[in-house]
Amino acid sequence: MNHHRRLQLTKDGRLRHFIAIEGLPRAILLSILDTAEGFAGVGNQAVKKVPLLRGKTIVNLFFESSTRTRTTFEVAAKRLSADVINFNISTSSASKGESLLDTLRNLEAMQTDMFVVRHDESGAAHFIAQQVAPHVSVINAGDGRHAHPTQAMLDMFTIRRHFGEFAPLNVAIVGDLLHSRVARSQIHALTTLQVNEVRVIGPKTLIPKGIEQMGVHVYHDMQSGLRDVDVIIMLRLQRERMHGAFIPSEHEYFQVYGLTPERLAYAKPNAIVMHPGPINRGVEIDSAVADGPQSVILEQVTNGIAVRMAVMALTMGSYATQGEA
Amino acid sequence: MRIHIQGGRVLDPANDVDAQRDVYIADGRILAVGDAPKGFNSDRVINARGHIVCPGLIDMQARLREPGNEHKGTILSETRAAAAAGITSLCCPPDTLPVVDTPAVAELIYERALTAGYAKVLTLGALTKGLEGTLIAEMKALLDVGCVGVSNAWRPITNTLVMRRAMEYAATFDLPVFLHAEDPYLHAGGCAHEGAISTRLGLGGIPEIAETIAVARDLALVEETGARAHFCQLSTARGMDMVLAAQARGLPVTADVSIHHLHLTEMDIGDYNALCHVRPPLRTQRDRDGLRRAILRGVAVCSAHQPHEPDAKAGPYAETEPGIAGLESLLPLTLRLVDDGVCTLLEALASLTVRPARILGVSSGSLSVGADADVCIFDPQREWRLADQDQMLSHGRNTPFFHWDLRGQVTHTLLNGRVVYTATAQPA
Repeated sequence: MNHHRRLQLTKDGRLRHFIAIEGLPRAILLSILDTAEGFAGVGNQAVKKVPLLRGKTIVNLFFESSTRTRTTFEVAAKRLSADVINFNISTSSASKGESLLDTLRNLEAMQTDMFVVRHDESGAAHFIAQQVAPHVSVINAGDGRHAHPTQAMLDMFTIRRHFGEFAPLNVAIVGDLLHSRVARSQIHALTTLQVNEVRVIGPKTLIPKGIEQMGVHVYHDMQSGLRDVDVIIMLRLQRERMHGAFIPSEHEYFQVYGLTPERLAYAKPNAIVMHPGPINRGVEIDSAVADGPQSVILEQVTNGIAVRMAVMALTMGSYATQGEA
Repeated sequence: MRIHIQGGRVLDPANDVDAQRDVYIADGRILAVGDAPKGFNSDRVINARGHIVCPGLIDMQARLREPGNEHKGTILSETRAAAAAGITSLCCPPDTLPVVDTPAVAELIYERALTAGYAKVLTLGALTKGLEGTLIAEMKALLDVGCVGVSNAWRPITNTLVMRRAMEYAATFDLPVFLHAEDPYLHAGGCAHEGAISTRLGLGGIPEIAETIAVARDLALVEETGARAHFCQLSTARGMDMVLAAQARGLPVTADVSIHHLHLTEMDIGDYNALCHVRPPLRTQRDRDGLRRAILRGVAVCSAHQPHEPDAKAGPYAETEPGIAGLESLLPLTLRLVDDGVCTLLEALASLTVRPARILGVSSGSLSVGADADVCIFDPQREWRLADQDQMLSHGRNTPFFHWDLRGQVTHTLLNGRVVYTATAQPA
């Protein structure tokens, strides 16, 4: 929607915040991928740093605990030479009754240049981006069920590295689409980058109403859903959804939707298997597949750092160029 | 005070009147409409030429926030806003703090309203004690103190046996039961209509069946218990059709719809516009159109006024409090239905006067001779906007209708023959 676009881009069309994939033009997504390619080598240098964001202060504002995502953002920021402050709100101000807005104002008063925000409510990053001072950028590290755009971009990066192009690809996203912010961002990214087809596969309890309107085809069985697919993205099944509420048991879920070597064979022979992690072995994916030759799960983690560096550099850079103009 | 309202176009849906007539008021009542009574000398003449003179509006549902939430609004602040909007009677749900489950709380509200002197304030009593949905409230005592009906507001009564007994008990005293049809399990803590938009935004969805299943249950209970029931703020076309079909079958049921459901849809949430966070949620275009058609079938319109402090709307969408401060846009948005070709002017005004009066069982809502002189005079052509928040009189400034082009502005409001609001002259 245009709303997203208006908030995320500067007047001259550069990235100012990174809240959601939705509404961003294809060229911006490609520029993130290209910039990330440039940063991909930094991790292999003897000195794993570039001085791009030296003197900048980045606050990791996590209202929902997450060690993995926070760590990759922290590594990305440090490789860009920024100063990083981690703020875990679930254990600090929120429990003292301070409002989100008050927390934000306080941190802003410490001359923060960028907030990396994770929150358990959809729209939280959007709300924060509307509130911050003009020189502050906001990156969404996951809001409720809405979006996790950096995860989606690192997946796109991984896909492009394997196939070189998006147009001919069929992609299947399997599992708990209902609760997944990752899936929503992936769908927007894949449709914006114009892959051939996006499919979602899962039981009706985990496929949200009206998802077809995001440009996907819905399947309820793996055999037809995985046919001719180039990329299989498995979603994590949260423990709290497993027992009776949405599916009867982990066992039955694995029987129907678990990615086994036999089911992987329904897809194209060179298909890759992705997972945003952390994986539940034996629930959504068989260890033989997770550790197998078609799995790119660990590559995704490595690529996550370069992609997050790219997003940080582009959002901060957009302010600098605009400021000079 | 003897008042002569001169030269206006009188629109009185209760008496099916639409004609240019003079209105004569004495001793707080309508003395005559048309020719001057013999020997009438007015203390004051109100020139209503080019304006519409109609019964004071009756708002089926408005939260005034007092007692308990005075930081959001008070009886004084909200009835003053009502008077400026041409509203002379309002009905408050019982979910104040404390709830209206004892005569004392109802009396407190009446007393404050009387002291304020801007509008007649009616209340609904609690259907169950503390609105907890387990024990039935002292409905007879609430009836005796003046409650016009009983309701559990948005608090669910999940136990159908409790609901049956509450309805049976209310029916004993012919006390109407005001229902908010919402299945709490299907509501599931959601905050937006379940569909493509809630899916895209990742917001918890409230499906259509949360309303229709509750309507179906409650209609069956009405049929069983013989209670008179009124369905508040229906949000789905199907739910509305079910109630109107039951009404056509002869069941003693009525319905209202909030004005924002007649103008907005889920699309208006845009990117998490918390001002569009309402309960029940904004639904589809199809629902909006279905609800609009119901205006032709006799339903009432309410503001569902819920003033909030700014903080209540500042946060991620699901964490914000639902509701719109709707008093001041009620009339122009209802008139807009006429411009949109939904209904006639007489039907639009009926939905704000005679229909709510009949549902609430009050004698106001008409300009009949002898009736309380509750009168609204408005300029139907005057265009204005809620452009400046400070222009609102309600303590709550939470409205998604800022900057909408509104047409129709109140110039005078009379309550019991007393002028309680006069618009200050503004350059046209």
